[in-house]
Amino acid sequence: MCTYATVTTALDGSAKGPDSSWFHVTDGTVYFDHPVHAMADHTLNIDFTDPAKGPGARVAVELTAASARELVAAIEAALASAPAELSGLTV
Amino acid sequence: MIDSLSADTIQITGHDGDPIEAYISQPAGDKRRGGVVVIHHMPGYDRSTKEITRRFAELGYDAICPNLYWREAPGAAPDDAAATARAQGGVPDERLVGDVGGAAEWLRAQPACTGKVGVIGYCSGGRQSVLAACNLPLDAAVDCYGAFVVGTPPEGFPLKITNLVDQLPRLSCPLLGLFGNEDSHPSPEQVDELDGILTGLDKRHEFHRYDEAGHAFFSVDRPAYRVAAANDGWERITAFYETNLGG
Repeated sequence: MCTYATVTTALDGSAKGPDSSWFHVTDGTVYFDHPVHAMADHTLNIDFTDPAKGPGARVAVELTAASARELVAAIEAALASAPAELSGLTV
Repeated sequence: MIDSLSADTIQITGHDGDPIEAYISQPAGDKRRGGVVVIHHMPGYDRSTKEITRRFAELGYDAICPNLYWREAPGAAPDDAAATARAQGGVPDERLVGDVGGAAEWLRAQPACTGKVGVIGYCSGGRQSVLAACNLPLDAAVDCYGAFVVGTPPEGFPLKITNLVDQLPRLSCPLLGLFGNEDSHPSPEQVDELDGILTGLDKRHEFHRYDEAGHAFFSVDRPAYRVAAANDGWERITAFYETNLGG
């Protein structure tokens, strides 16, 4: 199905995108729906974008649900391992 | 079947008089014919949808697929355009009706057009095909596994999708529905519900349901493709349009 479910969030960082160029990422869109490329009926999709630079300023990732969970855990683990004085995170 | 056909990208007038892009395909010759509006799926105005558009020209119809994401992402790659439209909340129903209406008017203005126009949509476009047929004068509509024609979207959906139950009394034309029995959106129970509502409203409809097929079984480039269901589905579409758009 087209799940329609879409979660958006502000982001601050960079991504390497079209033509191997880096660009500033300002927005993230996360949704579970049909992928364009991955060989699965549904995937967890993340778009890292800068809408101000147009639709092409996008790095797209399509992950199986299980691997998306693993990515979330890996991100949390990496952040937890970072000293607070470097990450600026208090929790 | 017609081997000699043309295809092009043009601008048409969509909702609110907005110029939008559309992909067209037409058979050669001046034989009188009907037209088909192809509504692309949520992943966008892509190669596979344009292939479908050309197939309708091969079947003898003028065919047009409006780019529903043109306003958000003119000239963008289809996947980038779909991502942009999704991030901005998707296509509002009112705008969809206006854009399909503009595409239908373009078809009716073609010199060989009989004036008969059908619509077809896949996935989210299946719901939008029914939506268009409830709000525009059309001659045939095809819904390929559209979710939320009936049923209730879950709480908290960022995209403002509603079901179409209150609009079904306005359905202006016969409806062909093609569904996979392994689909959950729409589920077999929801297909039953839609069937019952249309029967109660005395609306002409014809549903075909396929075992061992789920959502998106027409998608030849996806794992969901089911050749037996897709082949039979195309035969049903061909016959349905011949009955309602032919002559």
